[in-house]
Amino acid sequence: MKDFNYHSAKDSKEASKLASSSSAFLAGGMTTIPSMKLGLATYKDLIDIKNIKKLSGIKVSGRSVTIGAATKHVEVSNSKDVKKAIPSLSSLAEGIGDPQVRNRGTIGGSIANNDPSADYPSACIALNATIHTNERKIEAAKFFKGMFETALKKGELIEAIEFQIPEKSSYQKHPNPASRYAIVGVYVAKHKGDVNVAVTGAKSCVYNDKEMSKALSGNFSSSSIDGMDLDSSEMNTDMHASAEFRASLVVTQAKKAVDAC
Amino acid sequence: MGKISLEVNGRKVEKEAPDNTLLSTFLREHLQLTGTHIGCDTSQCGACVVHVDGNSLKSCTALAADVNGSKVTTIEGLETNGKMHPMQEAFKKLHGLQCGFCTPGMVMSAVDLLQKNKKPSDTEIRDWLEGNICRCTGYQNIVAAVKEAATKM
Repeated sequence: MKDFNYHSAKDSKEASKLASSSSAFLAGGMTTIPSMKLGLATYKDLIDIKNIKKLSGIKVSGRSVTIGAATKHVEVSNSKDVKKAIPSLSSLAEGIGDPQVRNRGTIGGSIANNDPSADYPSACIALNATIHTNERKIEAAKFFKGMFETALKKGELIEAIEFQIPEKSSYQKHPNPASRYAIVGVYVAKHKGDVNVAVTGAKSCVYNDKEMSKALSGNFSSSSIDGMDLDSSEMNTDMHASAEFRASLVVTQAKKAVDAC
Repeated sequence: MGKISLEVNGRKVEKEAPDNTLLSTFLREHLQLTGTHIGCDTSQCGACVVHVDGNSLKSCTALAADVNGSKVTTIEGLETNGKMHPMQEAFKKLHGLQCGFCTPGMVMSAVDLLQKNKKPSDTEIRDWLEGNICRCTGYQNIVAAVKEAATKM
């Protein structure tokens, strides 16, 4: 791994002051460190943000669950408050990586990285999340821009993610048997008035499947999306699954999610 | 360069190390604690698992600077007065290893599991050891060893 300078920031202000065009924020480091070791990313400065107390913790209000950016996956999966308010979010966190990754990886890191197969971005889309940064609030629908790309500007730091509590929800994924990343993951959330069907792993970026959302908003039953023939032209093809298989998996996982709601 | 202060296996250590030093490198090359193995070096195999402040982590995917001030336990820290830890005893008794390369990480992960779940089921043991890869045993005897250790810990 190439040399860099390690900094531990005391607060968000110090963290963003230290940021430059050749720096990265370090939370759990579950993607940042492997990327640097493989030479896929190089930085002059790594700014550790996990010692900023304000960035960790879980708050539940009547209508939303707010999770600090540096909160670890294990803290989300073990939280009684999250389990009670949004059980599907707790089980999503429990299904990320392996125990050692969950002991270290953070929700803010996952979202900032926006891996096309990551689990948390689908939760943000399905649960109409608001991403709180040190500068502004960003709606999830406007946050995820493309493969590994978000609306974050240089030096902008995610502080918390606020999820809207749905009436019902479920996250179902078909994991890669080795990495546990989603080959396809579908997060279905029924809110008052409409239904979100957030899909991860299928395309270059997480998205809300409008066709299934519409069908399920009309009739919240897996029969209303049964046999739906989704357009696979923009879906990923790799050694694990073809685009056509992914299109089929999206419907299968969505049906499973609706049935589990 | 920065100063790394840790408590490793109950002993306070303080050493200068470059900022890009991984915890696994710090343990093996700076402290000569070579029981922690480097297998894949890409956070998949789990041979490098150690405990930091009571929780298991893959030491090839953490910076030494990143865990500064923590309490670290490695495989060398499990024995007491020359007597093996019950988990090590169980691995030995039930042949939970063949070549032994994955064993330090496997044992450290399993000890963390029993700290959090005193009587895990077979499925819970297998789920927990998802991040530890063994290419010899076929896992059956590892699971049996963890179950045996659960009755002794």
